[in-house]
Amino acid sequence: MQIYLPIAEVAVNALLLLGLGGLVGLLSGLFGVGGGFLMTPLLFFVGIPPAVAVATGANQIVASSFSAVLAHLRRKTVDFRMGGVLLAGGLVGAGLGVQVFAALKARGQVDLLVTLFYVVFLGAVGGLMFWESLRSMRRARNPGGPVSKRKRHNWIHALPLKMKFRTSGMYISVIPPVLIGAGVGILSAIMGVGGGFIMVPAMIYLLGMPTKVVIGTSLFQIIFVTAFATLMHAITTQSVDVVLAVLLILGGVIGAQIGSRMGTNLKAEQLRILLASLVLLVCGKLALDLLLEPSELYSLEVAQ
Amino acid sequence: MIRAVLAAAILWVGTLPGLASERIVLGLSQDEVAITATFDGSSLLIFGAVSREAPIPSDGRLEVIITVTGPLGPLDVRRKERQFGIWVNADSVWLSEAPSFYAVASTGPLKDILSPVEDLRHGITLGQVINTVGARESVQDVENFTAALRRIRESEGLYQINEGSVALDQQTLFRTSIELPSNLVEGSYQTRIFLLRNRDVVDIFTTGIPVRKVGMERWLYTTANTQPVLYGLMSLVIAIAAGWGASALFRLLQR
Repeated sequence: MQIYLPIAEVAVNALLLLGLGGLVGLLSGLFGVGGGFLMTPLLFFVGIPPAVAVATGANQIVASSFSAVLAHLRRKTVDFRMGGVLLAGGLVGAGLGVQVFAALKARGQVDLLVTLFYVVFLGAVGGLMFWESLRSMRRARNPGGPVSKRKRHNWIHALPLKMKFRTSGMYISVIPPVLIGAGVGILSAIMGVGGGFIMVPAMIYLLGMPTKVVIGTSLFQIIFVTAFATLMHAITTQSVDVVLAVLLILGGVIGAQIGSRMGTNLKAEQLRILLASLVLLVCGKLALDLLLEPSELYSLEVAQ
Repeated sequence: MIRAVLAAAILWVGTLPGLASERIVLGLSQDEVAITATFDGSSLLIFGAVSREAPIPSDGRLEVIITVTGPLGPLDVRRKERQFGIWVNADSVWLSEAPSFYAVASTGPLKDILSPVEDLRHGITLGQVINTVGARESVQDVENFTAALRRIRESEGLYQINEGSVALDQQTLFRTSIELPSNLVEGSYQTRIFLLRNRDVVDIFTTGIPVRKVGMERWLYTTANTQPVLYGLMSLVIAIAAGWGASALFRLLQR
């Protein structure tokens, strides 16, 4: 069943889009990630123009994060104050990212930028996650081995401008969260992702936040950053396709519910290894595209 | 259909008054192409007749060429090059006026039925249509870039050369069908019909076929472009409503 997307200006199979949304939703339910890092490249593969894929991806993440954060609100695992501080940085970063995106688009290098960002970040995060899960699986097999202890106090705790975060039970400087927020904001504008896959490890390992509030707080922050990015894209490039977004959201919602049920039957380490392999697979495919000679050296872009 | 023929009659342009002893009367299967939510390409049937006030001339065969041109616009053609081990966009050529769609159909091979002078005058073959005059370039080999443009758009069905696809009966009735792909740009699609004898054009008929989005597609597209803030906010409201609605629904089902 073909459907014509009014902004993307292409006809795509509606069931394919529902399926894509469902697949990414399944993964996000299974692994607790937003899945934007998979959605954007998959939309490229089905022929959605990159600008529309990035902008509409941001819109779809608003919906999935909103749906997910409701569950965390009920469990009271959202640190609003920390979310607000991260958000302040995030908005600045997203604004900056949109400018960088526009400047490189004018020079014809935006595809390269997006691909390089994906390769570097997916490679780093996927590699680390794979290594971590392998180690913890080995540790689980022979108990009594060395257990690494997370440092609770590091140089971050010596910075000025301290603030009390009651829900997280922390008293730290606002500088690191603002910087992390800004960095992730830049990424979400350029890559069309929520940035949870960077935000979550940064909150745990750099800020030392308790794991139970990390996901909820990250989701809370992502809603606003991606909503801001959607609005910016809608205003500057008119590339948000609401028909595409609705199809992806519908598929995603169903997939997420199935995914979260399946997730309860699997072990955490197995899940993480699976996710890490998936991330590395996408990374490898994108890296090959950069390294191998493309079959078509030329590309067209309608100029303004 | 009657409307189309009437419109065609009003739009009739006789640019060659001295030669027009044979004239074109045109019909179209549709007088506009409407892009709806389920639009998946369309087939445009173009047919017509040659009207004469004198017997059929005996010198040379009558030939017909039909062209359909989508809206023109500027275009960047880029070429990748290996730099530091990875493939990146390097050289580019900027074309001021490249057609977003171009189809040419004829009764025979263009090089046999059309003289180079007439081609130059009317701009019929793709080589003439893709204009490199005014191209901003930093490269020596512009022709490689225009060849790439043709190759890419031909593979997407946006540029079509269908030599021999016009059927001509009794030197009077002609018909052809042109496949419009789904990724059409909105605008007026200029349709030209050339009658030729001895490789010279004896009559031209020109009409425009509007291609436009209708209904919901039209409304969304207009809103996105004229009221981007409103459209952006609407997208967010829809996203949040869908996210909240789905979450509420599944909680209800779990009970």
